[in-house]
Amino acid sequence: MHNPVPLDNEAVRRDDSFLQGVKECIPTLLGYLSIGIAVGVIAKTVGFSMMEIFLMSLLVYAGSAQFIIAGMIASGGSITAIILTVFIVNVRHVLLSAALSPYFKWMTPAKSVLIGSLITDETFGVAINKAAKQKQISERWMHGLNITAYLNWIAATLAGAWLGEWITEPERFGLDFALPAMFIGLLVLQLTSRKKIVKDLLVVGCTVLVLLAASYVVSGSIAVMIATIAAATVGMVIEKWK
Amino acid sequence: MEVKWNVLLAILGSSLVTFLPRVLPLLVFSRVNIPDWAMRWLNYVPVAVMSALVAQELFLSDDNLALRSNYLEIIASVPTILVALLTRSLLGTVIVGMITIMLLRLYM
Repeated sequence: MHNPVPLDNEAVRRDDSFLQGVKECIPTLLGYLSIGIAVGVIAKTVGFSMMEIFLMSLLVYAGSAQFIIAGMIASGGSITAIILTVFIVNVRHVLLSAALSPYFKWMTPAKSVLIGSLITDETFGVAINKAAKQKQISERWMHGLNITAYLNWIAATLAGAWLGEWITEPERFGLDFALPAMFIGLLVLQLTSRKKIVKDLLVVGCTVLVLLAASYVVSGSIAVMIATIAAATVGMVIEKWK
Repeated sequence: MEVKWNVLLAILGSSLVTFLPRVLPLLVFSRVNIPDWAMRWLNYVPVAVMSALVAQELFLSDDNLALRSNYLEIIASVPTILVALLTRSLLGTVIVGMITIMLLRLYM
């Protein structure tokens, strides 16, 4: 798992194409479509122009961060406070980027930047499942996955800005549950593709306990970060013992 | 198509602080050898981060424990998990989850 071996047969090459990355992104589109629409609706209602919403999705590309920017601009928050809050909410991407790094050892810095800057929870989940199955991720497959998710996000936020006048209760269609359902799917796929179910379930239990405890003291996004660090450490220690 | 100055500054600053955490680890760790213990640690990050995100979505609301107000979502997660286990299909899981929560909200 730690040293990706280049495989060279027809089936693997087809599985690693840009188009295959696009295809494997499709199941996740609904989850971010709903969040993107919600971001667009909120930003529009607090007075963002279409151009501002477009720039925000193009440059920031992070759901929770965009909710925060719209909300804090609306309530008159300072620029420094906005940037600091966005940083705190999204700093967990450090962990995702680090966990992907063993699969992209051969890349030039420019390509690392291109792939890294488009990492999200969903593309990370899909990519790490692919890695668990195939032991490696190809660059063009990753671009296919990343760029599809990115375009879907930009389109979704713009659609939200436009639809904002009509969609008043997205909950009625279960749209808000698309995101947790997607995370559940990604987690289950991850658990079933690794051959360490007992240790993994211990890590899951540990994550939930730490998250709930930490949420009494810190914000939800910081609690996610603390729980991830603590539970991954528990996993590492258990594996060392055996 | 106007862009206000304060919005533009907030967007540019935010884009920098979301860009760096995504890119720096990939840049640095793909160029150095990661020790074994760190590899073992990174190996558990995906499972931990995904379960943290699921737990945050299901059990918390506005950063507070909300088991009672989220009970429909918690119930809906059961068929969602089962479909994920049985079909291994991400799209199927998302669709069944959405239909389940829609029905629960209609009839409960």
